[in-house]
This record gives sequence, structure tokens and C-alpha cells, in this order.
Amino acid sequence: MRYLPLTDTDRTDMLATIGASSIDDLFVDVPEEARLDGPIHGLPLHASEMAVEKHMRRLSKKNLAAADAPFFLGAGAYRHHVPASVDHIIQRGEFLTAYTPYQPEIAQGTLQMLFEFQTQVARLYGCAVANASMYDGSTACWEAVAMAGRVTRRKRVVLSGALHPHYAEVVRTMARFTEDEIAGAPPALQPRPDNAGLIARIDEQTSCVVVQYPDILGRIPDLAEIAEAAHEKGALLIAVNTEPVALGAIKSPGELGADIVVGEGQAIGVGLQFGGPYLGLFAVRDPKHVRQMPGRLCGETQDAEGKRGFVLTLSTREQHIRREKATSNICTNSGLCALAFNVHMTLLGEKGLRRLAAWNHDLACKAADRLAQVPGVEVLNESFFNEFTIRIGRNARKLVRDLAGKGILAGVSLGRLYPDSDGLDDALLVAVTETTTGEDIETLAAALGEALS
Amino acid sequence: MARYFTDEHEWIDLEGELATVGITDYAQEQLGDIVFVELPDVGTVLDKGGDAAVVESVKAASDVYAPIGGEVMETNDALEEDPALVNSSPEEDGWFFKLTVADRDELEGLMDAKAYKSFCDSL
Amino acid sequence: MSQANKSGWKPEMTPERRSGQETVTGNRALMLEEPLLFEIGHAETTGVDLPEIEPGASRRLAGMERSDPIGLAGLSEPETIRHYTRLSRQNYAIDLGLFPLGSCTMKHNPRLNEKVARMPGFADVHPLQPVETVRGALEVINELAFWLIDLTGMHGVAMSPKAGAHGELCGILCIRAALEARGDAREVILVPESAHGTNPATAAFAGYKVEDIPATPEGRVDLDALKARLGPDVAGVMITNPNTCGLFERDMKAISDAVHAAGGFVYCDGANFNAIVGKVRPGDLGVDAMHINLHKTFSTPHGGGGPGSGPVVLSEALSPYGPLPYTARTKDGVVHLVEEEGAEAFSQEHFGGRMRSFGRMTAFHGQMGMFTRALTYMLSHGADGLRQVAEDAVLNANYILRSLDDVLHAPFGDSGPCMHEALFGDKGFADGLSTLDLAKGLIDEGYHPMTMYFPLVVHGAMLVEPTETESKAGLDQFIAAFRSVAERARAGDESLKQAPYHAPRRRLDETQAARKPVLAWQEDEAPAGTPTRSERGGS
Repeated sequence: MRYLPLTDTDRTDMLATIGASSIDDLFVDVPEEARLDGPIHGLPLHASEMAVEKHMRRLSKKNLAAADAPFFLGAGAYRHHVPASVDHIIQRGEFLTAYTPYQPEIAQGTLQMLFEFQTQVARLYGCAVANASMYDGSTACWEAVAMAGRVTRRKRVVLSGALHPHYAEVVRTMARFTEDEIAGAPPALQPRPDNAGLIARIDEQTSCVVVQYPDILGRIPDLAEIAEAAHEKGALLIAVNTEPVALGAIKSPGELGADIVVGEGQAIGVGLQFGGPYLGLFAVRDPKHVRQMPGRLCGETQDAEGKRGFVLTLSTREQHIRREKATSNICTNSGLCALAFNVHMTLLGEKGLRRLAAWNHDLACKAADRLAQVPGVEVLNESFFNEFTIRIGRNARKLVRDLAGKGILAGVSLGRLYPDSDGLDDALLVAVTETTTGEDIETLAAALGEALS
Repeated sequence: MARYFTDEHEWIDLEGELATVGITDYAQEQLGDIVFVELPDVGTVLDKGGDAAVVESVKAASDVYAPIGGEVMETNDALEEDPALVNSSPEEDGWFFKLTVADRDELEGLMDAKAYKSFCDSL
Repeated sequence: MSQANKSGWKPEMTPERRSGQETVTGNRALMLEEPLLFEIGHAETTGVDLPEIEPGASRRLAGMERSDPIGLAGLSEPETIRHYTRLSRQNYAIDLGLFPLGSCTMKHNPRLNEKVARMPGFADVHPLQPVETVRGALEVINELAFWLIDLTGMHGVAMSPKAGAHGELCGILCIRAALEARGDAREVILVPESAHGTNPATAAFAGYKVEDIPATPEGRVDLDALKARLGPDVAGVMITNPNTCGLFERDMKAISDAVHAAGGFVYCDGANFNAIVGKVRPGDLGVDAMHINLHKTFSTPHGGGGPGSGPVVLSEALSPYGPLPYTARTKDGVVHLVEEEGAEAFSQEHFGGRMRSFGRMTAFHGQMGMFTRALTYMLSHGADGLRQVAEDAVLNANYILRSLDDVLHAPFGDSGPCMHEALFGDKGFADGLSTLDLAKGLIDEGYHPMTMYFPLVVHGAMLVEPTETESKAGLDQFIAAFRSVAERARAGDESLKQAPYHAPRRRLDETQAARKPVLAWQEDEAPAGTPTRSERGGS
């Protein structure tokens, strides 16, 4: 077997050193009746690299890759061009095959990268401190809600109706066990976010208000107004961002008064990967909240010779020390995805991110204008970044399936996201990034025109 | 002013109706470099034996229990900026909080300086 | 590279504190100092060619246009490659040598896994594509699910948890959901003292009180004490098997039977499944739920701290409560994705209406990029190879245990053979020398140290896990190095207290890091070209 270096001679010699007569002697503590006497039946035996690759390639070919179709899906996962050097760097063995940086003297590569990553995220979000990443945006969102409960010592959570329904579902699932009270609302298909309605739901028992920015329909809410209303009642504002490229064009949530900013970092460097692994981003505006944060933090210090170095710090918040009193049970971060984000963001820089954002928005505006010309299509949004909602007067989910049959990945229907809500069936989310060509937009417009005529 | 000690290595100074609480020199020695002290909010009513504060070193977090019950009247804000005070002056400048004495009977059974010293020597 | 001095040695250092000959750059030949990105990058530099779009009149940003600079720094592509390549060389990695981190560890990461994960049909598909366009991806999830079920002898598996601790949470929430479904409110989860910190943290999060289970002097769960504690208030137990002392819990089946008889459930922390895969199935020992760390047993990369992946195998009693979404193969052989919508109908049609999901743990379907890698690894090894994996892992660990137990105290050396890891304590070290000192001495010998000070039940614990992907020659060299450092610790070699001497950094001041946390870069000494704080509008 190609991954096992021991030879039979080695094994015999080693057993002799140990003083065992056979390998079975080392498994004596496994009750005999539970020991398997050979390879498990029904599973294949070992296979060559060539054979395994062939099997996996066959499975991969059963999928329609985004690159092979006009592609307009978003709703929390965005397709951007990732420079080749990003994948090269994350495949360097010293990054790819390093463990958690428990021994900082020989993990400065990972630690310095995390420090740079934390700085990039904090600045992008307009916050003081970002952590070294979480599993993904949805779990970061729940962790933010839990943190708001620790800070405010309140248990009532107000979710915006335009928060990604899967994020809301994760929060609801977790809150059932912590006995937080979650006040959600159905999404309302309106051109502008309903800030007034949201603000009216905040009261003196509210621990936090959770608002997506831009929201699930693509609209851009005025967070400052909500922040002010929340703070007046002693509640925190949690802003959720699922498309970090947007923050190259619009104000950061921290700047607008959000107390905790969380989101999905997948759009920068990570790729689609059918939903994971992704990259949860987590930041706080006020440094005094740092000790209530979940997850790993990397900090600067000095070594015994006075050289600058980095370590994981403030770990007394974490499960391996606090055990049942920890801020979270989270044990890992999403290190390799954080590296991908870090490298891609370094390649972009301030100038690149702004240009990328401007390009995305410009293309999305063009796409919205073009689709609005299709008879039967109505563009809902007054504002958006690179994703907007259209209404098509018929079941959008079925339409998406029909167009997929024609090799067009037209977007995400609200029916897929909200299977239990009425009145959303005819709405379709359309995302446009720099990977979308003018020809793709024309193809979609033509296909919609044909389907709706 | 009377000073009492607990077997959890806290000291209590009693001055009138107000008690000042901190951790002992022995405790700070055991904990090593203190990096953070989490203090109770002013106005919190503590029960004897309940969680009152947390002291953290780099690799450990230790709970400090209320040696007696009462309402927290004041906390040592200096520890926020300079937690090392607990190491350098545990029984003076590194005090944690002051609280009202709810029930003087709860002082029963606490040690004086001499008894505490022999308690530490026995550990 | 004069700027490199910022992170390099300080000229004001006294000569005796500098190690070796000083250089102007702070570099030591191939050991290159690297400044922070923000010290060498510029707001105006970019490594990506992008068009400059004039903001059109048609902008629809609701008046929220960003006006202040963000404060990001950019590098050209050559500078980027060099920055990260230099940083990478300051890392230890499994590609350089063994990672003997007991109960955590990593094995060799086969590169076929990486190649497969990057196939466009896996890497470039969106989680919300119509299912007709992602049948192959769903098949991967389903195929992996069946491997996990067959290898563990369990009934079902929840694939979506994003990491081991997330999987633990999933398992405990299944237990709570199952108890709630029968109207049985129980309050306590029992956890042994030797457990990973995630266990009590998870149980506490799920609303349970955590109580310790005592251990026997030989390092295993005390069955009689456990039985005495069981009762109508105990929701379940969380047991790591093989445990964190490196021992197999001989009484596992009796533990499970006792817990079941008392109406509770058995959670098994599967972190150490790599020791028994193909040799014994947790399902045969009465386990109700167990997470599997795909990186540890099935070779997915750990990437300097994640991403992990923590599928949870479930018993028949718990399977109906697993989280959404899940995949299910129907009688016609087609793999379906079951989300909130249709879950009830699907359950009625295919599972007799028994599915009662406790909810959703993550936005999408789990760590697909890890699934493709793990499945590739399983197919490579096959059922026979995986059995050999466990045997070699256990053989390597016992070889280390018996090669070092004359210089190191092995507290459970008489408790029978170890499984995947060898546990030592600091008994016998000279006064003033600690496990930490030994660990730092190992760094100078070119090894990543073992897990330190865990499990908590052994003083100065050293938990050594070699895995099966180490050769005998490699182990012999490691043992010789370990032995030498252990002998120095016993002999009171004071120089160990300053180790490491040869790593990219000497010992780092963790107290300073925690007292005055600096968690993001601030431009106190901003080189020309990067935006200053005032320019960024105080963000």
C-alpha cells in the first residue's frame, strides 16, 4: 500500500522490540467478540492511484461545473476569479500540511498569516478586532448571537426577515438548546428594506438585531439607522455580510455602527466547492468585547531575543482551558481558507478590491437593465451590489430547473430558499460577478424571454 | 481592621460594614503571571461560595468564589489596565472588589493570618 | 530589504543575547525574515489586472458608497509569491517530519486527494444548483456516508458538521432531541476527566450539567462508579475510545449496556478512530453517536488549523433526529438531497415517517472539499488497507512506548498495550525542568513536539502519536532524539530552559501577548505609500 512505509520485516522487528508475538497481541483490550477477523465485507479492497482517480473523475463529470454554463447563482456563495497563485500557495506543504500553531517557534508562517488575515478582515469590516476565522458565515452568525447574549445578558434576538434563511435556520436550531427567544419575520418582497418594521421590533429585552448587508434579496439597508435604534434600547447590532467583495464598494458595517460583524469569506480566494469548506469571518467594533469573542485569536509579541513574533492568545476563553465555561465549543478555525482569503486579498490590495467591486456592480447594473427589458420580468430592487431579485410571474424554481436542462444556471429561486413561505414562488435571485460575460447576460435574457412568452 | 483568609486562598479585610476581597500571595505565586482579571459588576449581589471573579494566566482560568455574601460596592479598576498588580501586590494594590457584609456569621470559620500560614505550609 | 529589520533582531540587543553572527538583514542564510504585508505592500499596488470602471450614473448603492480608504495593502504577483513562500518556510509541517501530537496529529496527506478535490465538477459547483446538475457531488456524499456507516457499524450518518467539535454538538443535540421526543427531560451528561475540552464545552452548550466520571488507576473509565451514578437524570455519557491515555476502553460494551438500561445514550468521541478503523466497529460496542475527524483518520489536510470536517455516525435510535440537509438514496438508486422542503414527504415515503430532524447546523451541505479527499483516501486504501492503517498506527505507538519507557515515566505502561498513542509523565525530571522544556528541546532536534499537559490526569503529560505513515528508520531517529532530550531533562541540563535555539523564533512571550493584546496591525511606523489611520477615517 503506497501510503504505508513499514515493511513486513520492520513489523516483525518492531513486534520483537515491543515483546509481542503478533499484532493481535496489541489489540488484546478489544473484546474478542467485537474484533473483526478480516477486511469488512461489502467494501472494495485497495486500489491504485490511477483507478481511484478514474472513479472520482467519473463522479465529477456528472456535475455541471459553473465554468461550463452561463452562471448566475449567489445567495451566500459567489463565483469569482481566483488567481492561480492563490492555489499554488495554499498547496505548499508547509501551509497545507501544518497543524494548528500550538508551538509558535515553528509556526510563525501560519501565525503571521493569521495576523495579516485578522488585520485585513478588521479593516474590511470597519472593526477593531477580527478573529482567526470560524467554520462558515452561518455558524459565525450564530456565534455572534450567542456572544451578544453574553454581552447584554439578554435572551431576545430580533432577526431581520431578509437574513439568509439558512443562517436564520442555524440560529433557530441552536437557540432552541440555549433557550434564546428568536423573533424572525417572513421576507417581504419590496424594493427597499423595511427598516421601520425592523426597528419597531426592538425593545428593552432585545439582546441583538441581526441584519444582512447587502440582504438576501440583494438590497442595501441603511445600517446606521438600525444601529442607532438598537443602541438606544441597549441592544447590539450584528451585521451579516455574505459577499465581501461588496465592501469594496459600500461602507463597512463597523463604520455604520454595527457592534459585531460576521460573514462568509468564501467569495475571496476560496471558491464554490459545493458549499464547503468555507470561511467564517468574525469581528467586533469595540475592543472591549474581545474577551467575549469565540474562536482563535492571533496576537503579536516578542521572543526571548526581542524579535517580533506571533502567538495564539487569549485562549482562556476557549474550550481546552475553560471546558464547560468556554465562550464556544469551537476547537478549530478555517486556516487554509483564511490563507486563501489572505493571499487573494493581498493580490487585490486596496486598489484591486475597489476595482473588482466597481466592475461587479457595473456588470450587475447592466444585467438588471437588460433583464428588465424582457417582457414579464420585473426587477424588484431599488438598490443592490452584484445580486438582485427579479419577479417573473410564474414558478421560478421550475424555471431554474428548465433552464438548467438547457445548460443555463439561471440563479437561485426564493422557492428553493423558502419552501414553506407563500408568495415568493415567482422570485429569482440573480448574481453577476466579473466572471459573467455580456454574452452570458444575453443568453439568460433570451432564455427568459422565450420561457415567459 | 481585621483580615481573614479562606482555604480558597482569598483574603478579606473588614472595615466597618465593608469587606475588601483579594487573592493571597500564595495564590498568585501558584497561578503565575496574571494576564486578566474579570471582576463582578458593581451592584451584583453575591452569595457566599458563589462565582465572584475570574483570574487568568496564559494557560489557566481560575474562579474566585465569594468568601462571604453581600452586594458589590466597588471594584478595582486598576486591574483592568494592569493585571500584573495581582502578582506584584496581591494583598494591597491588587485587591479585587469591596462588598457589603450581608451576614457577619459567615465570617465564622475563616482563618486568621497565622492559621492561614500554617494551612499553606501544610499544602 | 532594509525594512526587514523591523521584524529582525534589534540592534540595541546585547551581544550575548544574540545567537550567532549578526547580519544586516536579520536573515540567516536560507532562514529569511519577512515583514508584515502591511509593511511592504501599498494601497496602490495590485497583483490582479482589473479594468478601471468609471462610476456610472446608474449606480444603485443606496447612497452607501464607501468614501474612506479601507486600509488594505497590495503586492504584485512576484512579491506575493515571495512573501508567502518565505512565510511558509517558518512552519513545521507533516511534509517535513512527523507530527506526534497525541489525540490531534496528522498523517501523510496524499496528493491524489488534492488533485481530485480540484476537479471542476467538485470545486466549481454551487451548493444551490438544481440537484439534476450535481448528481455526482451528491453521490460522493452518499458514497462516503456508506463507507462511514460500514466502517463503524452504525445505522446512519449526519454529514454536514464542519469539524469535530461541531460533530460533537450534532451528536449531543441528537441525543437531546431523542430524549425530548419521548418527553424525557434529563439534565446531566457524564464526561471522564481525561476527555477533550470540547466534550464538556459541548454538553454545557446543549444545556446539560457536566459531571466527571472517575477513572481507575490503570487509566480507564471506572465502570462501577459509572453504574452507581446512572439514573433517570442522566441523558448520556461522552466517552473517548480509544481514550486520551491511549488505551482501549475494555468495558465499552458494558458501559453502553448500563447507560442504555438507565435510559441514556452513549456518545463516543471518535477523535481516535484511526487506531481501530477496520479492527472493531463502534456500533458493535453499543455506541449511539460518534463524530469522525476526517483529517485525523482519513488524511484530509489540516492547513494550519482547519478546515476540519466532522460527520457523525448515528445508531438506529438517533438516526431520525440528524440535521438537515441530508442525502438519501432511494430504491431506484438515485441520490436525493433532502432539505427542509420535502423532508416530511421523503420521510413518509422512504423511512416510514420516522425522520425528525433537530434542525440545521450550517448553511449548506458540509465540507464537500473534505469529502472528496476522504473518499479518495478510503478508495485508495480499501477495506484491507484501512485495517492495516490501524495496525501500523498501533504498532508504531507501542514501539515508541517500549523504546522510551526506560527514560520516561509511562504512568499506564502496565495497563496493557497502548493503542495509537503513548503517554508519558514528567516524573523523574530534574527539579526546575518541565515537559515544556523537553518539548522545546525537541524543536531544536527538528521535530514538532508531542501534545503537552494533556490529558490532565497525568502530571506533565506528554502524549505521543506517530500515526502509520512513519517509517521504522524515521521512528528510530525520532526515538533517539526524544531519548537524548529526555536524558537531558533528567540530568538537569539547564540549557533546555532556553530552548529552542535554532528555530525561526526563540521562546515567545505569551504573557505580554495576553496582557496587552495586539490583534491587528497598526501603522505606527507606516512606510510611505500605505494609508495612515487618519486617512482611513479612524476605521
